[in-house]
Amino acid sequence: MKEEIISVRNLVAKYGDKTILDGITAGFFPEEVTIILGGSGCGKTTLLKSILRLHQPTSGSVKIFGQEVTNMDEAEFDQILKKVGMLFQNGALLNSVSVFDNVLIPLEQHTNLPGEITEKMIKVKLSLVNLQEAIFLLPSELSGGMKKRAALARAIALDPVILFCDEPSAGLDPLSSASLDELILKLKEQLKMTMVIVTHELASIHRIADRIIFLDKGRVLFSGTLKEAKSSRVSEVKTFFEVGKF
Amino acid sequence: MEYKDKTLILEGKITRFTVPSLLAKISRIDKIKSIDLRKVSAIDSAGVAFLDELSLKFSPEIINASKEVEAAIKTFSSLRISSIKPGKPPNFLEKLGGSFYDGKDSFVNGLFLAADIAYWSFIGLFNKKGQRRGSTIAQSLLIGVDALGIIGLLSLIIGLILALQSAAQLRQFGASIFVADLIAISMVREMGPMMTAIIVAGRSGSSIAAEIATMKVTEEIDALKMMAINPIRYVVVPKLHAITICMPFLVVISTIIGIVGGLIIAVTYLDLSVISYFNEAIGVLSLKDVLVSLTKSIFFSWVIVIIASYYGFKVQGGAEGVGKATTASVVASIFAVIVLDALFSLIFLV
Repeated sequence: MKEEIISVRNLVAKYGDKTILDGITAGFFPEEVTIILGGSGCGKTTLLKSILRLHQPTSGSVKIFGQEVTNMDEAEFDQILKKVGMLFQNGALLNSVSVFDNVLIPLEQHTNLPGEITEKMIKVKLSLVNLQEAIFLLPSELSGGMKKRAALARAIALDPVILFCDEPSAGLDPLSSASLDELILKLKEQLKMTMVIVTHELASIHRIADRIIFLDKGRVLFSGTLKEAKSSRVSEVKTFFEVGKF
Repeated sequence: MEYKDKTLILEGKITRFTVPSLLAKISRIDKIKSIDLRKVSAIDSAGVAFLDELSLKFSPEIINASKEVEAAIKTFSSLRISSIKPGKPPNFLEKLGGSFYDGKDSFVNGLFLAADIAYWSFIGLFNKKGQRRGSTIAQSLLIGVDALGIIGLLSLIIGLILALQSAAQLRQFGASIFVADLIAISMVREMGPMMTAIIVAGRSGSSIAAEIATMKVTEEIDALKMMAINPIRYVVVPKLHAITICMPFLVVISTIIGIVGGLIIAVTYLDLSVISYFNEAIGVLSLKDVLVSLTKSIFFSWVIVIIASYYGFKVQGGAEGVGKATTASVVASIFAVIVLDALFSLIFLV
């Protein structure tokens, strides 16, 4: 059995008095694509945010690369963040700078690479997401799908060890969605990247998932491989895969 | 890294951590015929960019790459991507012409918007449909009542300063009593309306521009249109009605407090009595002065709302666009208030 690259134990997260995550325990394995599934409001995005400390959990433990991160000091956690990429639901591009500069930010801040190398890396990352034509455009000049692809290029700028994606296919046409899946598989294979993805797209799940974590009302209802999920007897999981067939 | 017979032999991991040192080492090499990747265990996109850089410089043959390394090179090589150059920036004359056209468009669009606002505001007086219930009162509280404190404080300070600066001069000529005339006329005809307008432009104008701009970028304005609700009627008209009601009151309060500010100096520094100060101040004012002051205040308030709405509706981009629209709205409103004040002064000079 492989060692977990991210382990979450008894994680509780609240917004005010409302409990969103109610004692989540889950493991994420290296070089695998783990899909977090569940209905709206079940805590999928909060789980991602709690792992990455964008939301402070109330209790529980989160270990990334074997290190407990919930109480880690800022500087130490920054070192972990340099090995992690995150694609936000709405892209979260900086609107005041071009697509090129958005992708340049992590490269400029966290490497000592000279300009000619970073420029080539940016061109490649944008070409991987089919966005090379938009290199000098501002985010406000991009469509929703283009923004998402530009944000993905930024998330993979540093070839992260772990890539978190919050609904990467939402707002993309089926062809773009399929090519995004292809890219995810390519990154997993060639850069040995670990992916944690929140998505509802069943076609995507079939194409890319190695492992599924199914959440319901802030708890883990199912955790296992894609094959196990497809034959699961947990009614919600069963319904999800059966409804998707039509 | 080794260099033998014009062959560069790379080893270990070629990643963003090792590329800077490799670049430093190869700077001393002037010719590379081939690059041997047999000993390379891993390569990332920075490593492939490094190989691309060498390929462009020396056109070497890449040999002995493992399957994984070859696949990574295929994925991350930038050599197959054609370069896109940024567009040529406009020259001085193009910029000048562009600004002229932009200015003309802004003016025309501003006029159309002002006409729209005027029309819907007039309709809104008789028909409240298309507006949120109670929105005029809510806006009056925001624009008027909440601004009272800051307007009162600044007017008091302005009254104090005006009186203090003039008192020293007037006392030399034994004309201390005329400080009341000076404060009364300047506060009623100029400082009261103008300072109130400037504060309202900074406070409420910016908030109106930011609110509308945010609604525009988050597609709330489009959502209103899709619900067959006129955004001007729903968003702008309550603000215009509210500011039209509040502004004259704010100006009256600002003027009175400014005159009281002058009184403090008159009593403490010039030894005038409260009664003589007020007798002189009220005596020097005419009904026309008060009417001009109130008319000005209403025109200023309209200009502030129209300019704030104009910049709010024309916003482009996201958060940055909202910031720019807000700033531009405040600057343009203050400028317009001062120009309008100068026009009023000329028209009602006599």
